[in-house]
Amino acid sequence: MNKEILLSVDNLKVHFHGAENSVAKAVDGVSFEVGREETVCLVGESGCGKTVSALSILGLINQPPGEIAGGRILFAGEDLLQLEEEDLQHIRGNRIAMVFQEPLTSLNPVFKIGDQIGEAIRIHKKIDEDALHRRCVQLLTDVGIPSAEERLNAYPHELSGGQRQRVMIAMALACDPELVIADEPTTALDVTVQAQILKLFGALQQKHRMSVLYITHDLGVVSAVADRVYVMYAGIIAEQGKTGHIFGNAKHPYTQGLLASLPTRAKRGRRLYSIPGTVPDPAHKPPGCPFHPRCPHAVQSCREQYPQMCDYGGGHQARCPVLFARDRK
Amino acid sequence: MTRWVIIKPMNPNPEENIILEVRDLKKHFPVRSGFFLRISGWIKAVNGVDFKIRQGQTLGLVGESGCGKSTVARMIMRLLRPDDGLIFFRQDDISRLSEKELKPYRKQMQIVFQDPYGSLNPRMTVGQSIEEGLRIVGTPRGQRRKDRLAELLEMVGMSPESAGRYPHEFSGGQRQRIGIARALSVNPALIICDEPISALDVSIQAQVINLLKDLQDRLGLSYLFISHDLNVVGYLCNQVAVMNKGYIMEYAPAEELYAHPQHPYTQTLLAAIPDVDRDQKTDLQLKEGGGVPGPPPEGCVFQEFCPKGDAACRQADLPLRSVAPDHLVRCWKIENDESVRMTPND
Repeated sequence: MNKEILLSVDNLKVHFHGAENSVAKAVDGVSFEVGREETVCLVGESGCGKTVSALSILGLINQPPGEIAGGRILFAGEDLLQLEEEDLQHIRGNRIAMVFQEPLTSLNPVFKIGDQIGEAIRIHKKIDEDALHRRCVQLLTDVGIPSAEERLNAYPHELSGGQRQRVMIAMALACDPELVIADEPTTALDVTVQAQILKLFGALQQKHRMSVLYITHDLGVVSAVADRVYVMYAGIIAEQGKTGHIFGNAKHPYTQGLLASLPTRAKRGRRLYSIPGTVPDPAHKPPGCPFHPRCPHAVQSCREQYPQMCDYGGGHQARCPVLFARDRK
Repeated sequence: MTRWVIIKPMNPNPEENIILEVRDLKKHFPVRSGFFLRISGWIKAVNGVDFKIRQGQTLGLVGESGCGKSTVARMIMRLLRPDDGLIFFRQDDISRLSEKELKPYRKQMQIVFQDPYGSLNPRMTVGQSIEEGLRIVGTPRGQRRKDRLAELLEMVGMSPESAGRYPHEFSGGQRQRIGIARALSVNPALIICDEPISALDVSIQAQVINLLKDLQDRLGLSYLFISHDLNVVGYLCNQVAVMNKGYIMEYAPAEELYAHPQHPYTQTLLAAIPDVDRDQKTDLQLKEGGGVPGPPPEGCVFQEFCPKGDAACRQADLPLRSVAPDHLVRCWKIENDESVRMTPND
């Protein structure tokens, strides 16, 4: 990876304090990087900490009950965790924008979409009403909404699910951000609409030279969009690498299990592999490697020692010393 | 709206061992507006659906949200009354039966819903939920019922002790297992699975899919598997019916459908699935739909989005036609040969 690093999250820890002094370590020492103009995917199942990691970047974790217990988030050299709220506001929605999963609940039902797209521009840029209007029309046209001029006066309920997500993308692009964080942006959509949105995203990313941090549980989507992938499990990064590393040569038992358990036509007639057990409760994580109770390769040391990241070269790393040692033999 | 003519129940192919057959199923919902809520139009949720399920096999019903697939499920379960069309369970047409007449059939057909959180009563223990079914089939109270309850829980891979606990104590995958155990409690022959794994995490989905397959092998169950996920359907199903806006667009054995998709809609769907096994991406050929969703034009419901759509597609009464043995397609653009069949039954 020779590209300049735009975002670097270093050993981030986010804890949530629950009843009876319980602490859920939702994010437990996570590090990842996003280069300029790069698409990076954080992939994992529900509760693995991927959304919490993303929300921490924008300072959107409620404290309390949440607590950023450690780490640094460097964006273009500045540590976002050290910034005052006022300074963070200049970055949020301006240099870093976010697209959420559920477009209907993330749009305000009582405002016209034109006003909602214009809001961020009005806050961050000095711009007169005429130019603002032109900019909004341009944005809606860019995201592929027909007759944009009229659509500015529509309310969210008048649009289809795919169009709402397009509006969300237009809002995110409003201030020409350097980084867009997209949290499951296509999960609520039909497959054909998903394919259109993914295509649109790719085209806009090239045009605006943005970086994208893409959060999803869908490995199919990851394989379609990502340059690099971080696989998360129970608050840690289990494996990271280029998309080809993850899908062609996975080195962590969790990644291997996930890929083997995907039902595809090629596996017809054969029994699907299924990872036994369930994701651990973040407040009661097993000691050692959090995956060991479900892992087919677990040995005694997995139950006792926190696993180290093992380097396979070329940016491909997996947090499983057992398979690493077996591989090196 | 057309009213029905009573047709003598009959099964055209008794040797094929068909457990469920639907013919020309229709359901239109009224749209009401204005002060007096007068009927101002109709939403044609289901408009032309025909398929058969063979004993011990799985039919996949695929389509995007709003295509009417869940409405079909509800009509088969007779949770909704069909406006038109026939539903044969084995030899018997159940589409017009009264609630009382339906009772014996209800035991033989069960449904598992998508949302494992919403479909279990939070105030009842898991045991109580499942026991309701046992009471209906007349399993006597006491030890016999307890044994059967334990057996059902073990069948879905849960410990008999779970019976005393409440739904909130279980994870999504476990709740879906409980839903399956409850469906099994009345010894059904057919289970309708309405998006049973969509709400589950990837690692849990495989567990539930394996469970459904095991139960099919063990109990000889037939499934109607409703899903929007073509990967799962391609893995699990014997036959696949692709639905769009109330119509079956294409209907074929699974291998045939995935190897030779004929309908442009099926081709679009297949091209749109992100596939981890596929190296290069297929470019999606789909016209962008313009403006507000409105009433579809006359003729094919897919014509506005279809890469092959033209004036010919506006002809009304588009039939489901045969393009190969057991392979039916509803499309004007596909050349029909001499052996055209209007329905799967002729």
